[in-house]
Amino acid sequence: MSSSTPLASSGATLTTDVLIIGGGLVGGTLGCALAQHGIGAVVVDRDSQDHLLEDDYDGRSSAIAGACQRILQVVGIWEHMKPDVQPILDIRVTDSDSPFYLHYDHQDVGEEMGWMASNRTIRRGIFARSAELPNLTMLAPVSLVSLERTQDGVTAVLSDGSTVRAALVVAADGRRSQVRQMAGISITTLPYHQSGIVMTVWHEKDHQGIAHERFLASGPFAILPLPGGHHSSLVWTEKDSLIDSLLSLSPQEFHAELISRFGSFLGEVKVVSKVFAYPLTLQFADRYIDRRLALVGDAAHGMHPVAGQGMNYGLRDVAALVEVLVNAKRLGVDLGSTAILTDYQRWRRPDNMLMLGMTDGIVRLFSNDIKPLRLARTLGLAAVNRLPKLKVFFMKHAMGDVGKLPRLMRGESC
Amino acid sequence: MANATPSTALPEELAKFEAMADSWWDPEGKFKPLHQFNPERLRFIVRQAAARFGRDETADRPFEGLRLLDVGCGGGLLCEPLARLGFSVTGLDAAEKNIRIASLHAEKMGLAIDYRCDLVEKLAERGEQFDVVLTMEVVEHVDNVDLFLAACSHIVAPGGLLFGATMNRTLKSLAMAKIGAEYILRWLPRGTHDWRKFLKPSEFVGSLRASGLVVDTLKGMSFNPIAGTWSLTDDLSVNYLLSASRN
Repeated sequence: MSSSTPLASSGATLTTDVLIIGGGLVGGTLGCALAQHGIGAVVVDRDSQDHLLEDDYDGRSSAIAGACQRILQVVGIWEHMKPDVQPILDIRVTDSDSPFYLHYDHQDVGEEMGWMASNRTIRRGIFARSAELPNLTMLAPVSLVSLERTQDGVTAVLSDGSTVRAALVVAADGRRSQVRQMAGISITTLPYHQSGIVMTVWHEKDHQGIAHERFLASGPFAILPLPGGHHSSLVWTEKDSLIDSLLSLSPQEFHAELISRFGSFLGEVKVVSKVFAYPLTLQFADRYIDRRLALVGDAAHGMHPVAGQGMNYGLRDVAALVEVLVNAKRLGVDLGSTAILTDYQRWRRPDNMLMLGMTDGIVRLFSNDIKPLRLARTLGLAAVNRLPKLKVFFMKHAMGDVGKLPRLMRGESC
Repeated sequence: MANATPSTALPEELAKFEAMADSWWDPEGKFKPLHQFNPERLRFIVRQAAARFGRDETADRPFEGLRLLDVGCGGGLLCEPLARLGFSVTGLDAAEKNIRIASLHAEKMGLAIDYRCDLVEKLAERGEQFDVVLTMEVVEHVDNVDLFLAACSHIVAPGGLLFGATMNRTLKSLAMAKIGAEYILRWLPRGTHDWRKFLKPSEFVGSLRASGLVVDTLKGMSFNPIAGTWSLTDDLSVNYLLSASRN
């Protein structure tokens, strides 16, 4: 495995086309995608690659929708992660202990519903791909000291004393984006008063590629199949007020709470990873662009993980931004010009707002125990199950195939 | 400008542009509409030139080895992208301040562009030749259009292309490009255009034909106020552009 790129001596100046702050799943994929299309990129991350690949750094897994898998494929990252992904063949959605459930079967759409991969697997894929691209430079561990965006260009000074000049800077530095704050772009935040507890479990029986999403009174509870058949990733949402007491239970007590939600359909169950807790909030940036700046992924929009779309919507941003920039490059247009960035915002913002709205509606509808609502939910789930066209629409949406698709998402190079 | 030969530069037009020259590269400034439709008119130029010279648009610097002259280059809004695409670019403007601003900007962008404060008829007299000649949004600002277009045509090398763009002289263009853009939407400073100097497509085409060029494509350009974007159309009633070739 490649370690972080050793840095040039302090005071060195690097000149590139696009500077990306944040080398996570979204920023890293963007860097690879740009470089592959002949646009130079420098990706800066605070943490070293070795640290990012440690077991305790990020215990999450991501569901990768079909359209996003095509992006990873075209960009050449998928090749490096293929041995470690699990296809999702079937999704079963149930509401508490209601007898009805919604059954999404991949045979209805004729392909996998998506894939599960640990974030570590995706990162490893990105690092492996980035090492193959000569016009992509990954700088880590380095942080941003100052950022100047003028009419003529972007100049960033990094913590090791080096300087990067570029035509455009992209903020891929997550929910608490430093670059977004520096640009004075405000965000609107809606707290859910819920946290997501994430862990990996081992189970006795094979999951057979089936994902389960249960809408419990406290919030959604998802069991997502991981490679090998006997491991699943759990996303267990719980009210904020209960999180501390839940996490301070003895292992036996915690296990009992887990089983009461998980059930016994996969036989014996054991927690095999650290238990991570993430507070859940929905947030969206008021603008995605500023002078020579574009926001992507969580820096622009943070969603509830219920629909499993956080990373997928980040990759949609990547695909749209790459297409807009490649088109601009072929016209010789300055990659940081306002006309180009406006195209990106016009393309992505309405789409993300729609998904935020849909996910928010689902969470608020399902995260409660009010009798009439539960009845309506139960009937609604059963109804969707009986209307094949509507179901295929929901499935296609979850798979990322609805809306104006960038070329990368159609599996084409730009 | 006291010259023996008649000049196509109008002193009052030059003064207008000298006064605005500082804002050429401000995307939110006085030239905002030019920045907005720049990608679309570049697309037109790139497509036609790639087809004419058999170049691959997706290649890096596809137009390497071809000489391009932008007549009335202003701040260099077209020169810079075209230089990035590999053309060896000469930018010509009668306003000295435009040339100063353009040279300074190209230097900051690290682009080598030959900017000259000169008149196209002088280049024609000297017998200079270019593979591609642009005269975009310029004819409406010059004196003696026929003389100007004749000079632009004569410096197109055999097998080369000329691109032209301006505004049609119709009631719609008076309403939209003049009154709408300058007085209502305030997109352009008042007095930017004199509607009487707008050119009908038939006049533009006729003038080029008289100088031995063949007009290949004639397209309208329309603004969609909802999407905020410009696109090529077949409606020539306001903005239009054309390509012509010397065979």
